[in-house]
This record gives sequence, C-alpha cells and structure tokens, in this order.
Amino acid sequence: MRGPVLTAALLSVAFAMGCRQDMHDQPKYKPYRASDFWGDGRSARPLPEGTVARGHLREDTHLFTGKVNGQLAATFPFAITESVLARGRERYGIYCTPCHGLAGYGDGMVVARGFRRAASFHVDRLREAPPGYFYDAIANGFGAMPSYAAQIPVEDRWAIVAYVRALQLSQHATVSDVPPEKRGELGAPAPAPPAAGGHH
Amino acid sequence: MQIFHHSTNTLAKVSIFGALFAAAGGLWLVLEVNRSSYVTQAGVARIQPVQFSHQHHVGGMGLDCRYCHTSVETAAAAGIPPTQTCMNCHSQIWSTSPELEPVRESFRSGKSLEWVRVHDLPEFAYFNHSAHVNKGMGCTTCHGRIDRMPLVWQEASLQMEWCLTCHRAPEKFVRPQAEVFNAAYEPPADQLELGRKLVQEYGLKPRTSCSTCHR
Ligand code: HEC
Ligand code: HEC
Ligand code: HEC
Ligand code: HEC
Ligand code: HEC
Ligand code: HEC
Repeated sequence: MRGPVLTAALLSVAFAMGCRQDMHDQPKYKPYRASDFWGDGRSARPLPEGTVARGHLREDTHLFTGKVNGQLAATFPFAITESVLARGRERYGIYCTPCHGLAGYGDGMVVARGFRRAASFHVDRLREAPPGYFYDAIANGFGAMPSYAAQIPVEDRWAIVAYVRALQLSQHATVSDVPPEKRGELGAPAPAPPAAGGHH
Repeated sequence: MQIFHHSTNTLAKVSIFGALFAAAGGLWLVLEVNRSSYVTQAGVARIQPVQFSHQHHVGGMGLDCRYCHTSVETAAAAGIPPTQTCMNCHSQIWSTSPELEPVRESFRSGKSLEWVRVHDLPEFAYFNHSAHVNKGMGCTTCHGRIDRMPLVWQEASLQMEWCLTCHRAPEKFVRPQAEVFNAAYEPPADQLELGRKLVQEYGLKPRTSCSTCHR
C-alpha cells in the first residue's frame, strides 16, 4: 500500500512545481513596467533634453516650427490633397472638438463643463491668420490652451490646420462657391459627422 | 455460499462506469475553474490611485480613445497617457478637487502616476494593437463597453482559446474601419454577411500558427 501512496504524493509535488509563474512573469521590461533600478521607478527612460535620433534632425523649419525666416508661414510645407484633408478632419475630431467644437465655434463639451472658451475660428482675425499661426498654437500652446506637441505628430498638425481652413471656408461660403452641378443637393440632410469624438 | 448479493454485480459495473464520469467531471471542473474569472481576473475592477472614469470621459464627454491612448494605431502598446494629458483639462476643471490631488502632485513633482495594470498577458505571448485596430477590430470587441466602466475591468478571458476563436473566424467580429473607435457600436443583425465582405475587403488572414503569438 505504501508504494502507490508515495508515488501519488511525489507526482502531485512534481505537478505543483509546474505551477511556478516564472514564464508568465519574466524579469524583463515590457512597456510601462515599473523598474526598481531607476530612482523614479520608470523603465521607459525620459530622453535627455536635446536628444536627436539619427536621421531625425529637424532641419526643415517650415515643417517643424511653422515659420519661414522667423515669420509665421503663409503656406503649407507639403501639398494638401483630399486624403490630407480627410486625415485632418479625423484628427481635428479627436484632439480639438472637445474644446473648439465640431464646427470651430468654441462650443465643445469641455467648455460646457467649465473650461475657458476659445475664440471662434470664424472671426475675421483668425480667418486672416496664416497657416503657421495655427500650427504654432498646436505645437506650443496658446494661453490657457496646452501644447499638443506630445499627442499629435508633425504631419497631422498640418493636416488639422488644413481642415481648420476648410471649416473657415465652409462657414463663409455662398451658393456661388458650390459647383453648379452640385447645387441641387443643397438643402438635403447634412452627411453624418465623423465617427471620432465630439458627438453624443 | 454467497457473500455478495447478486445486485452487487450491477453496483460494481455502475461504479466502474461512474468513475469514468467522475474523472471526466473532475477534468471539466478543472477546465472550468481555469476559465473562470477567479483565475482570469475578468470582470474584476482594480483600485486605482485616481478614480479615473471612462464612463465620464468617454461615455459622458465623447472623448476619443486616441486622445489619451495615442500610440494604439501605430504601436504594439496602446499607451497610458502621461499626467500632462490629464492636466490639459484639469488645469482648469475641478482644479481644486481633492479627488484630483494625486494628478496635480504628479504634475508638480514629475513622478509618474502608478496605475494598476488591468490587462496583462503572460510574457511568452505577443500581442500588437496596431495589427488589430487598423484591420477593423474594434476596441470594445476585446475590451467590452469601456464607455460604461467607472473603473476598468477586463472583459475577455485573454486566454489562448479566446484569441483563437477570433483568429479562426474574424468575420464574426470585424466591423467597418470607421467604427473601430466608436465605443457604442453594436454589430448589425447580418454580421456574418457584412463580416465576410469586410474580411475580403481588408484582406484579413489572421494566422493560427504558434509562432504568430509565441515568438
Ligand atoms: C482643452 C481645451 C482645448 C483643446 C483640446 C484645444 N484647444 Fe485651442 N484653445 C483653447 C483655449 C481655451 C484657447 C484660448 C486660450 C486663451 O485665450 O488663453 C485656445 C486657442 C486656440 C487658438 C488661438 C485662437 C486665437 O484666439 O488666436 C488656436 C489657433 C487653437 N486654439 C487651435 C487648436 C487646435 C488646432 C486644436 C486641436 C489640435 C486645439 N486648439 C485644441 C482650448 C483648447
Ligand atoms: C481621458 C483619457 C482617456 C480616454 C479618452 C480613454 N482612456 Fe482608456 N485609460 C486612461 C487611463 C488614465 C487609464 C489607466 C487607468 C485605468 O486603468 O483606469 C486607461 C486604461 C484603459 C484600459 C485598461 C488598461 C490596463 O491597465 O489594462 C483600457 C482597456 C482602456 N483604457 C481602453 C480605452 C478605450 C477603448 C477608450 C476609448 C473608447 C479609452 N480607453 C479612452 C485614459 C483614457
Ligand atoms: C478633455 C478634457 C479632460 C481630460 C483630458 C481629462 N479629464 Fe478628467 N474630467 C473632465 C471633466 C469635464 C470632468 C467633469 C466630469 C463631468 O462633469 O462629467 C472630469 C472629471 C474627472 C474626475 C472626477 C470624477 C469624475 O469622473 O467625474 C477625475 C478623477 C478625473 N476627471 C480624472 C482625470 C484623469 C486622471 C485624467 C488623465 C488621464 C483626466 N481626467 C483627463 C475633463 C477631462
Ligand atoms: C484584438 C483584441 C484587442 C483590441 C481590438 C484592442 N485591444 Fe487593447 N488590449 C488587448 C490585450 C490582449 C491587451 C493586453 C496586452 C498585454 O498585456 O501585453 C490590451 C491592453 C490594452 C491597454 C493597456 C496598455 C497596453 O497597451 O498594454 C490599453 C490602454 C488598451 N488595450 C486600449 C485599447 C484601445 C484604446 C483599443 C481600440 C483602439 C484597443 N485596446 C483594442 C486586446 C485588444
Ligand atoms: C476579435 C478578433 C481577434 C482577437 C480576439 C484577437 N485577434 Fe489577433 N488578429 C486578428 C486579426 C483580424 C488580425 C490581422 C490579420 C491580418 O492582418 O491578416 C490579427 C493579427 C494578429 C497578430 C499578427 C500581427 C503581426 O505582427 O503580423 C498577432 C501576433 C495577434 N493577432 C495576436 C493575438 C493575440 C495574442 C490575441 C489574444 C490575446 C489576439 N490576437 C486576439 C483578430 C483578432
Ligand atoms: C492567436 C495567438 C496564439 C496562437 C496562434 C497560439 N497561442 Fe498559445 N497562447 C496564447 C496566449 C495569449 C496564451 C496565454 C493564455 C493565458 O494567459 O492563459 C497562450 C498560452 C499557451 C500555453 C500555456 C502556457 C501556460 O503556462 O499556461 C501553451 C502551452 C501554448 N500557448 C502553446 C501554443 C501552441 C503549441 C500553439 C500552436 C499550436 C499556440 N500556443 C498558438 C496565444 C496564442
């Protein structure tokens, strides 16, 4: 009788050893894992100021700062196509509508809950402002508005600026701006807003 | 001479037969326990350093996931927002609320907020968000109705069989790319029909070979 009992006991010990979680929790860093090596507990190290990755020197000042010869750029650094505008519309929906509202009047959801209200994009001052002005606001912030540089890559910032331009046009358009063959569609129900953010 | 009554023959047969069921039942029990939320931790909300509510921020205000989870379209990890992202709004909103004191403290000191991980695959499994969300796989398909969660819990088991149910039949889950980030999306009645069309359109061929996820 002792034999089988002993074997069973040994077997169950052997099985239990298989329950160690070493392979589940390996001593390596995955994104956002805490570290007990660094004083601030982060395994993802913040870059020292001024770090430039190889091949990523920001030489194109027009693209990266929105300025040409120290002046706010009056042009876009790349051609604006329909797909850039569509991208801009989507990104505007994600990052700007919470405060500036779907159409840019400054009536976003967060403003309704007490955030400082920004000027409408449709006042003359902003309609006349160059694209570089909007780029600069996104990259560096503007008064109470924080910088969005950490959240929005450079090309997307310009795409958003292009979309803001389109919004400005749309709010001051007249019937004569509509191609004659499309005028029949005026008065039809508006197309659904983009799926991203801002609705409800 | 007869020690055992005739009926014990049947008893013996039944108990041998029954032992099979007992063994199968035992195995089933083990498997079910393994699938249960006790083991997978599905459905269990974690206590966080700040009571951040997706219900308020996503369901209530309509914020898009990408406002905070900025790398979800481009990287393996979705990304957890830095304190600065919270301060974009909370520099002015509820800026004196004691509930948000840990956020302000983190902003002042530069020390990270220590969120408790909810989803955590074992290290030998590889997962990639960008491979899924750019292919018509919605956040809520895997994470459940985040827009109704005051604190995040894990909706799916995250076990291998769960990954495989979809990798074997993506047409049951795929949605139009424009709806991926829409937390309120409900699959239509003709999901299978739409699904087959989208699988073709997006060219979905999720692999089931072991090295897809164990690499
Ligand atoms: C958290 C709310 C918030 C978000 C999100 C936000 N803004 Fe602003 N923005 C403001 C406020 C408030 C002001 C006015 C600041 C002031 O007057 O101090 C402003 C000002 C501006 C201005 C300058 C307007 C002027 O009067 O000259 C521009 C341009 C602008 N925002 C563009 C954007 C764009 C583009 C986005 C999306 C990438 C964006 N903002 C996202 C709140 C926000
Ligand atoms: C205002 C910023 C914000 C927005 C918008 C947001 N989240 Fe989050 N999310 C967070 C923060 C902060 C955490 C970490 C704290 C926690 O787990 O609750 C988090 C955690 C999560 C987690 C759990 C992470 C883990 O630890 O496993 C999931 C899943 C998630 N978010 C999905 C989403 C989805 C899907 C959306 C869009 C429908 C979304 N989030 C929108 C800020 C945000
Ligand atoms: C786009 C603006 C915005 C961002 C970004 C944001 N919040 Fe909020 N938050 C709000 C608003 C507005 C409220 C008030 C809620 C309401 O009125 O429904 C709020 C409320 C809260 C509350 C109070 C409890 C509640 O949910 O009502 C907490 C805690 C909070 N936020 C934490 C955070 C954290 C942590 C982050 C960063 C991950 C964050 N918020 C990012 C706008 C924001
Ligand atoms: C195909 C299923 C699936 C989809 C679709 C999905 N997730 Fe996840 N998500 C996961 C898994 C699995 C994990 C755990 C990853 C790990 O532990 O390595 C995770 C983890 C997370 C985390 C924790 C941080 C991290 O990156 O590990 C966040 C935040 C998150 N998801 C947000 C989102 C958002 C936002 C979306 C939609 C844009 C989304 N997820 C879509 C399966 C999915
Ligand atoms: C709801 C459906 C769904 C679920 C659940 C799901 N996947 Fe996927 N997965 C897909 C689809 C669709 C693709 C993309 C196939 C393609 O591109 O042809 C994919 C692709 C992948 C890839 C390949 C990425 C690459 O680099 O090529 C990996 C790895 C992966 N999934 C891992 C996982 C893991 C691990 C889980 C479970 C934690 C999981 N998936 C759960 C649908 C899903
Ligand atoms: C779609 C992704 C995917 C594929 C394909 C896949 N696995 Fe897995 N596998 C996982 C995930 C995720 C886990 C972790 C499950 C958990 O946490 O319980 C896992 C767990 C396992 C485990 C369990 C380890 C343990 O300690 O529990 C084994 C063994 C395993 N896989 C073997 C395989 C083999 C063999 C194949 C090929 C036939 C395979 N896997 C294919 C995703 C995958």
